[in-house]
Amino acid sequence: MAEEAAVSAPEVPVDAEMEVLARLPGVLNVTREHGQVVARVEASALLALCVTLREKFGFAQVMDICGVDWPERAARFEVVYNLLSVTRNARLRVIVGVAEGVAVPSVSGIWKAATWWEREVWDLFGVAFDGLADHRRIVTDYGFEGHPLRKDFPLTGYVEVRYDEERKQVVYENVRLTQEFRNFDFLSPWEGMTTLPGDEKAHG
Amino acid sequence: MDEVVATAKQVLEIDSHTINFGPQHPAAHGVLRLILEMDGEVIERADPHIGLLHRGTEKLIEYKSYMQAVPYFDRLDYVSPMACEHAFALATEKLLGIEAPERAQWIRVMFAELTRVLNHLLSVGSFALDCGALTPGLWGYEEREKLLTFHEAASGARFHSNYFRPGGVAKDLPAGMEGEIAEWCETFPDFVDRVERLLTGNRIWKQRVVDIGIVSAADALSWGFSGPNLRASGVAWDLRRAQPYDKYAEVEFDVAIGKHGDCYDRYLVRIAEMRESVKIVKQALGKMKPGPVKVQDPKFSPPKRALMKHSMEALIHHFKLYTEGYHVPAGATYTVVEAPKGEFGVYLVADGTNRPYRCKIRPTGFANLQALSEMAKGHMLADAVAILGSIDVVFGEIDR
Repeated sequence: MAEEAAVSAPEVPVDAEMEVLARLPGVLNVTREHGQVVARVEASALLALCVTLREKFGFAQVMDICGVDWPERAARFEVVYNLLSVTRNARLRVIVGVAEGVAVPSVSGIWKAATWWEREVWDLFGVAFDGLADHRRIVTDYGFEGHPLRKDFPLTGYVEVRYDEERKQVVYENVRLTQEFRNFDFLSPWEGMTTLPGDEKAHG
Repeated sequence: MDEVVATAKQVLEIDSHTINFGPQHPAAHGVLRLILEMDGEVIERADPHIGLLHRGTEKLIEYKSYMQAVPYFDRLDYVSPMACEHAFALATEKLLGIEAPERAQWIRVMFAELTRVLNHLLSVGSFALDCGALTPGLWGYEEREKLLTFHEAASGARFHSNYFRPGGVAKDLPAGMEGEIAEWCETFPDFVDRVERLLTGNRIWKQRVVDIGIVSAADALSWGFSGPNLRASGVAWDLRRAQPYDKYAEVEFDVAIGKHGDCYDRYLVRIAEMRESVKIVKQALGKMKPGPVKVQDPKFSPPKRALMKHSMEALIHHFKLYTEGYHVPAGATYTVVEAPKGEFGVYLVADGTNRPYRCKIRPTGFANLQALSEMAKGHMLADAVAILGSIDVVFGEIDR
């Protein structure tokens, strides 16, 4: 039994606290996914909420901020904040939906660690952060164009580099594929998991 | 030629200047480019430029089935490959709703700890090397070779092991290996003693690392530190203890913490962790029982080769697994492990198909490196190298 108690430890905040969270201003809903508490919030209320979470709920650490691209949604990007409280041994995931071209308030003033994470989200997804002091790209090349983790950015990219023996320097060129990019779709039509192209009627 | 005699005294003013450190500097731990704004010999600002090893791992994984994604994790933190696989395996298992069998969990715990030793040996060794001590690094490489032999015996590869899979491990340990590891457990503490005799009380070493790069507990939390770097600042936080996964709830070990949060404490914490890891490995060996090492469900685990020779069913399963892979129900999880460098997390979003919709990798060094500017401020140039060595960065995972 002791083992079970230890395993269930990360599942705090308990449900009562989830209700408290759900009543905070700007929180759209609070759910539990695979034992992890997820709060969807409005971008406009994010800053005030994050201050409350840090001060009142003990979430002293933002372990990770990342983006997710959903091109078919109106609020195309999700910015996901994974918070951790070491004092209460609890985790909380805060998700903000944001449309393309709309800036999200930066939480770098609340958690210092957020600066680089937000730079990364900007770099890879093109979500801008309002109030972020250092808004440079972080992981892509100097002078890189585009936001590579968007779903409409091709896997092969647009630019490739090579060393030019004659010019004695590294040169940038457009990507040339000697073989067409192959992206095999192994989804089985018999599993009933997806609707195949042209077969939309069959699944309503 | 007439002698030139200085007639007037000249006052030289050293204004601030900028130094470009790396990306090809041996102490840059790979491909870090550091722009240092100096005032004489004192650092005013350090601006790390990362991404020189960016390979787009997260994007590549979106185009691979779950099983094909595992080898990418070996190439993240290549100093402790199995710890990275561990996070992905656990995340996928969580979304699939499966659990690895007992033996597989013990094997994973054991190898996670061997990997921790593997990492700390290089970490402490290269840290000492950065500060001018060559010997611990050389010894460390020798000792690492023994561990890599275990890696190779179990998985077939020294580094890119692809061993921890969603649903268990790739294959069972070869016969006799448990004995060899038990033997290693007996000899290894002596090795740690030898390294400690060289470094821990060494006057030169202490002059280089004591009181250098101090991080308070509050700062460490705010910077998102985890692992040994956080513990060195005095925060007793270890995911193996606080949020145990696999069989960590059933092993006993001590969480080493530091007091001052300086480079010396970060070194001491790593040394202590190596000793604790040996304890865990011993317990894992003791508690391991024979049994299956992967989930007994042909939808997730490939069948044995011998079975495929006469079972049509097995052949179909094998074919389906290695072409289409398995479908993971829609959902998202942020799953973490206590990797040797700290919290290594995978935020995995599944959309019900055979490929991850999004696989965000939370590297440990990313957060630690960000604090470098604040840690190095006001220190000498040579101290920046010591600080960099003490926070244990590997660019495979930082740049992804």
